[in-house]
Amino acid sequence: MSVIQVNNVSKHFGSLKAVDGLSFEVQAGQVYGFLGQNGSGKSTTIRMLLSLIHPTSGSIEIFGHTIQSNRNKVLEEIGAIIERPDLYPYLSAKEHLQLFAKLRSKKITPATIEETLIKVGLQDRAKDKVQTFSLGMKQRLGIGIALLHNPSLIILDEPTNGLDPQGISDIRNLIQRLAKEEGKTILVSSHILSEIEQMASHILILHKGKKLAEGPIQTLLDPNKMIVHLKTTNDPQALQIILSGSFSNYLLKRQEGIYLSIPHFEIPLLNEFLVNAGVGLINVESKNSLEDYFLQLTSNTN
Amino acid sequence: MKSIISFELYKIFRRPRTYIAFGAIAALIIVIQFGLKIDGKSYSDFLMKDINDTLTVDGNVLNGYLICYILLQLLLVHVPLLVALIAADMLSGEANLGTLRLLFSTPFTRTQWVLGKFIAASIYTIVLLIWLAFLALFVSMWVFGTDDLFLMKSNYVVLIEKNDVLWRYVGAFVFASFSLLTVTSLGFLMSSIANNSIGPIVGTMSAIVFFTILSTLNIPLFSIIKPYLFTTHMNNWKEFFDIQVNDNNEAITGSILNVAKIKTSLMVLSAHIVLFVSAAVLITKKKDILS
Amino acid sequence: MKKKYAIAILLFFCFQATHAQTDPLIEKVSQKLALVNDYVAEGTMKTNVSFIKASLGKVKVYFKKPNLLKIKKEGGISLLPKGGVSLTINSLLNTKQYIAIPMGVQPFKGKALNVVKLVPSDEKLDWVISTLWIDPSTALVYKTFTTTKDNGSYEITMEYGSYADLGLPSKIIFSFNTKDYKLPNGITLEFGDDDAAAKQNAMKNKKGTVEITYTNYIVNKGLSNSMF
Repeated sequence: MSVIQVNNVSKHFGSLKAVDGLSFEVQAGQVYGFLGQNGSGKSTTIRMLLSLIHPTSGSIEIFGHTIQSNRNKVLEEIGAIIERPDLYPYLSAKEHLQLFAKLRSKKITPATIEETLIKVGLQDRAKDKVQTFSLGMKQRLGIGIALLHNPSLIILDEPTNGLDPQGISDIRNLIQRLAKEEGKTILVSSHILSEIEQMASHILILHKGKKLAEGPIQTLLDPNKMIVHLKTTNDPQALQIILSGSFSNYLLKRQEGIYLSIPHFEIPLLNEFLVNAGVGLINVESKNSLEDYFLQLTSNTN
Repeated sequence: MKSIISFELYKIFRRPRTYIAFGAIAALIIVIQFGLKIDGKSYSDFLMKDINDTLTVDGNVLNGYLICYILLQLLLVHVPLLVALIAADMLSGEANLGTLRLLFSTPFTRTQWVLGKFIAASIYTIVLLIWLAFLALFVSMWVFGTDDLFLMKSNYVVLIEKNDVLWRYVGAFVFASFSLLTVTSLGFLMSSIANNSIGPIVGTMSAIVFFTILSTLNIPLFSIIKPYLFTTHMNNWKEFFDIQVNDNNEAITGSILNVAKIKTSLMVLSAHIVLFVSAAVLITKKKDILS
Repeated sequence: MKKKYAIAILLFFCFQATHAQTDPLIEKVSQKLALVNDYVAEGTMKTNVSFIKASLGKVKVYFKKPNLLKIKKEGGISLLPKGGVSLTINSLLNTKQYIAIPMGVQPFKGKALNVVKLVPSDEKLDWVISTLWIDPSTALVYKTFTTTKDNGSYEITMEYGSYADLGLPSKIIFSFNTKDYKLPNGITLEFGDDDAAAKQNAMKNKKGTVEITYTNYIVNKGLSNSMF
């Protein structure tokens, strides 16, 4: 069952096409990673899902309802944090949860509020005003507000922003637990690719408002194709040799170093080719990660 | 809707800024009351200079009812600025803080949010007015006692009997609430346009000052637009304190000189409230939340 | 001119005399007034000044010989002609410090009234000259016109009813001249109020009256001086 279905959605701000003909689908129970550099259209898309921004064209369905016609019903089942954790500085963490509990039709008991505070690790600072909180604490409170009404779809825009390594790890564990144990559908965006790689089952890569790639991580990261970083006895010469031959098709345009996206069985041939041309191969480093994939895609587009 | 209103009221009354207006009103009223208590005689002598030449005025002229009238004259011109401080911040303040996206992604329509916030701001406005009424009327009645209201207007004097005054104040405060709600709705409209706090607050204050000047200038050119300006009507609470006279020039107790003027003003003010709030709803509905 | 001469001659004779010169009619009026030592009267007061809007007010009037008078509005603010109320017939005649000059007969409201002018013989009194219109048959004063030293002129007209025997009026009307009334808009904060109604109230009529209609008198029951 698809929880989110986005069909050919565009959003233009004047002449700027923030999102351009975007379509994707998120299935129930997926942790769906939304990847893109700053300004790629991630936040605009997320805001459109939450009806904060009206699409210029296209349609969005969530839980089978169009967001325009069933806005309130749809939003009742969504918990979200959007970009920065902006909250009311003059209210305490507990007051925030108590206030936002009022805005939900589901009954949220004081016990639920206490549980949520524990879940996001703010039980000791519950009565402190938010103006005394660090960015990480605010981010955790934002997540607490998003989870308070036990939504079936959770949208987290850059949830690990401002968190220390321990905080990042806690959030990652929380997301994985929510997906596995509670069967939540989670859409998580980030520009920190390693984060997504560790959390998401599916990814969508956005660049300049357009979809570059979408699918399960395993499929996208083709095991038959490796991204390798070459270290040679003479890198400039090696680059010239590669560019002149058939291996040039595998070359990734990178500022420094020689990167190739190459089927693993061709690596010995490449080695032979370089040695014959008088350049020795010192090291072949595999870079087969999401980050490399992302960089490969965006660099080709650039 | 009820939950939005209680959500907003909780925030309003937890903000330190809210109490600036309450404090400012209390300070102003207490200072004026203190001044009039200490040196009210010379103030009333000054006002009654022309009258004292011909007539002996016997009784407690400077009583609580007159003090309240003096206070309202002075304060109801400035309270709109204090109302603007909160009303003009209701939407733009949230946009500035970044919390608007949190609110607008809850299961309520933007119309519900705007109306809920407007009602909350209106409740704040009315609570402020009740605070003003308590200090200006009841505290003055307690400190200065009560007697007939000897009201010195620009061209004539109205003497309203003691037991004919209180209902006029009730009417005046109800009228003033319409005036202040017009300011609340204007602040709200400004607030729906901007994404920062200062702009709409200054904008609302400037609009009030600008239109008040147009309303008070007796220039024929402006007379054409005057009847349509809300500022022309905001001060018509004073009409509750003018009284009809019969053919024998006896004042008719319980009467109001110009009921039609009050009705017209209430209609103009109500029309402004509806117009401003509707515009705020439309603008907010169409807006993309980018903050 | 003739009048002036007459007054001058009379004044001359007056200074020759050691005591106030009285007119028989004035004496008759005084005798009638002497019947009343004190009274408390209830009535309604109407202030009729072009720039004042006031309703009828209930008043109590206290009087005690020789010339103590107080008008008290029941729980309210009262507007009385400045210095005028003290110039009732009682206070004029009870001082005995005057010279009375008969000035003939004048018709007044269908009655033929004797006109008598009073000139104070005591310089300390605050009135300069007073004219009385008296019904010779009843010894009731129907009108007085008094010029004061400081507060202009006052006309007092009286009507009589059930207390006429005691010389007490049922209605008394103080007439006096009023000055302009105007307060700057900056003080009243009535900006931009260019109403026709407000302009209509700009005073043309400079005459003001205060009318007291008495409903009942309580006579000679004793009043302490502290009332005044």
